[in-house]
Amino acid sequence: MKRTISIIIAAALSATSVACLAGCGESTAKDAGEVNVYNWGEYISNGEDGLMDVISEFEKETGITVNYTTYETNEELYNMLKNSNVSYDVVIPSEYMISKMIDEDMLLELDYDNIPNYKYIMDRFKNLACDPEGKYTVCYSWGVTAMVYDKTKVAEKPDSWEALWDKDLSGQILMFNNSRDAMAIAMQLCSVTPANCTKEDVDKAAAKLAEQKPLLKKYVMDQVFTEMENSQAAIAPYYAGDIATMIEANPDLDYVLPKDGSNLFYDAMCIPKCSKNKENAEKFINFMQKPEVAASTCEYLRYGTPNQEAFDSYISDEIKDSELTSPSDDYLDKCYVFTNVPDDVYVYMQEQFVKIQAE
Amino acid sequence: MKSRKPSIPYIIWMVVFTMIPLVMIGITAFKDKQGNFSLQPMMNAFYYTDVFVKSLWIAFISTVICLLLAYPLAYLITRMKKSSQNTMIMLMMIPMWMNFLLRIYAWITILQKNGPVDMAFSFLGIHETYIGNTAAVVLGMVYEYLPFMMLPIYTVMSKIDGSLIEAAQDLGSNNGAVFRKVIFPLSMPGVISGITLVFVPSASTFLVSQYLGGTDDIMIGDIIDKIFWTDQNTGSAISLILMIFIFVFLVIMNFFGDEEAIA
Repeated sequence: MKRTISIIIAAALSATSVACLAGCGESTAKDAGEVNVYNWGEYISNGEDGLMDVISEFEKETGITVNYTTYETNEELYNMLKNSNVSYDVVIPSEYMISKMIDEDMLLELDYDNIPNYKYIMDRFKNLACDPEGKYTVCYSWGVTAMVYDKTKVAEKPDSWEALWDKDLSGQILMFNNSRDAMAIAMQLCSVTPANCTKEDVDKAAAKLAEQKPLLKKYVMDQVFTEMENSQAAIAPYYAGDIATMIEANPDLDYVLPKDGSNLFYDAMCIPKCSKNKENAEKFINFMQKPEVAASTCEYLRYGTPNQEAFDSYISDEIKDSELTSPSDDYLDKCYVFTNVPDDVYVYMQEQFVKIQAE
Repeated sequence: MKSRKPSIPYIIWMVVFTMIPLVMIGITAFKDKQGNFSLQPMMNAFYYTDVFVKSLWIAFISTVICLLLAYPLAYLITRMKKSSQNTMIMLMMIPMWMNFLLRIYAWITILQKNGPVDMAFSFLGIHETYIGNTAAVVLGMVYEYLPFMMLPIYTVMSKIDGSLIEAAQDLGSNNGAVFRKVIFPLSMPGVISGITLVFVPSASTFLVSQYLGGTDDIMIGDIIDKIFWTDQNTGSAISLILMIFIFVFLVIMNFFGDEEAIA
């Protein structure tokens, strides 16, 4: 009998101690709380190639648990925030999506006092065109669109987007499978400024793209990597940072920053209205702009960093000197930011692009 | 009356994940952006008739080729001894353990410029492009969906009672007549489900055409995907039309199936 009792007591004791431990664990987790980050796929340095594992570093430093999920398109992010009952604390949309979200009152104003590292941000990337008063955003990374071509297939170094319409390269040209980027290039060649374009401008660009379609090998997005790296196509437009990756894989490739200028795009960190952990979100944003963290983001992505201190003191010279990752200020002055396109024009643009493909 | 309780979870599942989404697509297809009733999405959908027809055509061709390849194969396998049958079925199944996309990537490598096919034919002095056309898309579809045609036919055929065949032979049928009068009619249910399993997914998929096709091989699934980015109403309308087509197709198939089963 005694034995039974002692067993029961022992069991009860161990049960309470387990409960206490579990409880204690919970309470510490609760102290620091959590932050729900919704980012592009493969868009944060994850510890590969000797770079920093940013998320676990942040967790270690602050004790905040990061719930990290990813999306593939701005539209997916938008639909998620708009139509489903989710809560994210930090999202990283592109410039045009940010202006749309601001218009639709989907973002919270940031308290920049909680983001001291904002002081490192270059002036060019403060008060972005999509957020002119600088109330909602902290720039994450930026880049331009450029062209990649195969030296063994293209005789002379091209200098303009016009090369994508070159009849001599018929059947070997790739084009963006994405209405915004494809239309923007076509608009430039029609001497239309893509920012603030109208439906008539879209029609002009659509006609230009329809003219290009018979010359194309394919409309591609991610497939451009295998196509160019395996010498299957001659020329393609793509995001400059990714072109650097392709050239590394295939020495026959080279790049062009078209003299017509190009599209300057950027993604910025914002806090959506559905956020329940605003303070932690600001801590996360601040952490991402620590110079050494921003530098590893830049080296991982091969996209430009908006962080002056990271650029000056932390980024390797090789990347600093690369025109693809860090184009000169002179070139950036020639670029336009594709933002503030009214919703109905954007819908029209997408529709026209699908129609070109369906022809 | 027997208790229906065990089926309740399934009914809930069906309602939540099948019926409600279907109804929502049906409703969205008849609304404009502001949420008012409108026929505009349906009108928009008709712009894509050509792509629609081409998708159904590609699916049809793929299904026919699958059937022509799978039927004799299934028949030959049922003629083997039991242990070889299992090995053969296993061999058919192994590629399906791999990811769908990976298998398409393999085909890209095979068909691309300077790939094995190109190399072999260049050796003979033939220079052609083997990827980026409709034939490559059909090839990819046939490769992806062949097991879905083969397995149901094999299953049905291997269940045919051997004594029926013996009876036919006793009554003076030669091998050809046995096949025509006994095996073929009895294997029809397998053929019907095979056709359904191949035609329906190949009409709506877009991965194969995106990776193996050229600029002219866009399929209706791709259009739906892109249109949904900005215009969910037209996207729903096209989906709805596609569903109606597939539904009609299934009804016709069932009709055939029943008749053959009776005969």
